[in-house]
Amino acid sequence: MAKVTLTVNGRTVSGDCEDRTLLVHFIREKLGLTGTHVGCDTNQCGACVVHMDGKSVKSCSILAVQASGSSITTIEGLAQNGEMHPVQAAFKDNHGLQCGFCTPGMVMTAVDLINRHGNSLTEETVRAGLEGNICRCTGYHNIVKAVLSAAAEMGTARQAAE
Amino acid sequence: MYATNYHRASSVEEAVKLATDNGDAKFVSGGQTLIATMKQRLASPSDLIDLRHVAALKGIAVNGRSVRIGAAVTHAEVAASAELRAVCPALANLAGGIGDPHVRHLGTIGGSIANNDPAADYPSAMLALDATIVTDRREIAASDFFQGLFTTALEEGEMITAIRFEAPEKAGYAKFPNPASRYAMTGVFVARRGGAVRVAVTGAGADGVFRHEGLELALSGNWAPDAVGGVSIDPTNLMSDLHASSEYRANLVKVMAKRAVASTL
Repeated sequence: MAKVTLTVNGRTVSGDCEDRTLLVHFIREKLGLTGTHVGCDTNQCGACVVHMDGKSVKSCSILAVQASGSSITTIEGLAQNGEMHPVQAAFKDNHGLQCGFCTPGMVMTAVDLINRHGNSLTEETVRAGLEGNICRCTGYHNIVKAVLSAAAEMGTARQAAE
Repeated sequence: MYATNYHRASSVEEAVKLATDNGDAKFVSGGQTLIATMKQRLASPSDLIDLRHVAALKGIAVNGRSVRIGAAVTHAEVAASAELRAVCPALANLAGGIGDPHVRHLGTIGGSIANNDPAADYPSAMLALDATIVTDRREIAASDFFQGLFTTALEEGEMITAIRFEAPEKAGYAKFPNPASRYAMTGVFVARRGGAVRVAVTGAGADGVFRHEGLELALSGNWAPDAVGGVSIDPTNLMSDLHASSEYRANLVKVMAKRAVASTL
């Protein structure tokens, strides 16, 4: 058994699990944060994407014990004071989802993309940046629109703050 | 996944000792291949030695045209290194095209090389760049290191700590990625130093990464995409699977070689 300590969405949490427990199972089953989804279980679909120390990772591709000591942000950690994160709002406004299963991973990936590229994102960069996230409903079109719209929105917000 | 015992190493010496003391141990860093393989029960190491917290395995150092990349440097770090990009943009571009952003945030150069997947990108770069693979106990030339499908010169418990190479005057990489896995269905890395050209092919060889003499000869005479046109690529020793026949891959070798050279002009 391993003792795993993580900072999840700003809160320090600990729990015991088997050495072989995947981070995604620790997050869902030990912490009850079921917004992070298991889609394919073969490390391809990206429904389980979370941020580990500020970088997007597939939480089904890493053991919880490997992640111990790190800072994790899940989809539940994005909204602040009951207000949706600009990326979540953009997915809603642009109809960037249908069944919604892939959406947590898409949103976490989009936030990571915008953090890395700011509002210099182009449609091409967004499409390339979403290569690790599979959506079987939307055909990606409105997801790409949502990411670009959120990037513009967040860029404008940054400029206003400066 | 079968049960395993996790160990977090803080130094190279500790990691090697842990691997030696635990018979069926495997090193893990990004785990982007190993963890997936364990989930499918295709690998079942008794012990995992985590290298992500070994400081000596990190960092990219560029000194003039000498490049040293720590084994635990991630693909994203290689892709984002301005210092590396200044002397060998081809390698930075190659790293930026591996898998997807999440894989690149965790997967490492050392892991890719040690695994020697026949469709991985890095082995072709190591071979074409005439790189040196540095381990905890010796240095191995890339041409001696890759020894066939998933097979390398590494001994039991031996660990890659870094790779080194001299940046060539010109280098380029082009791959035809499998649309689902992003692995190279054929990838070609070309490098030129003076009149000497090295061309390494991944994703196509039935026995893993290999150099192609015909392409090297043609390109050392004329460093241009057109020079590739007259070279014949023998499909006999190329892979044939549901993704592509060996004849199709033979054609891809040519096309990717042309694109790789074109990317340097």
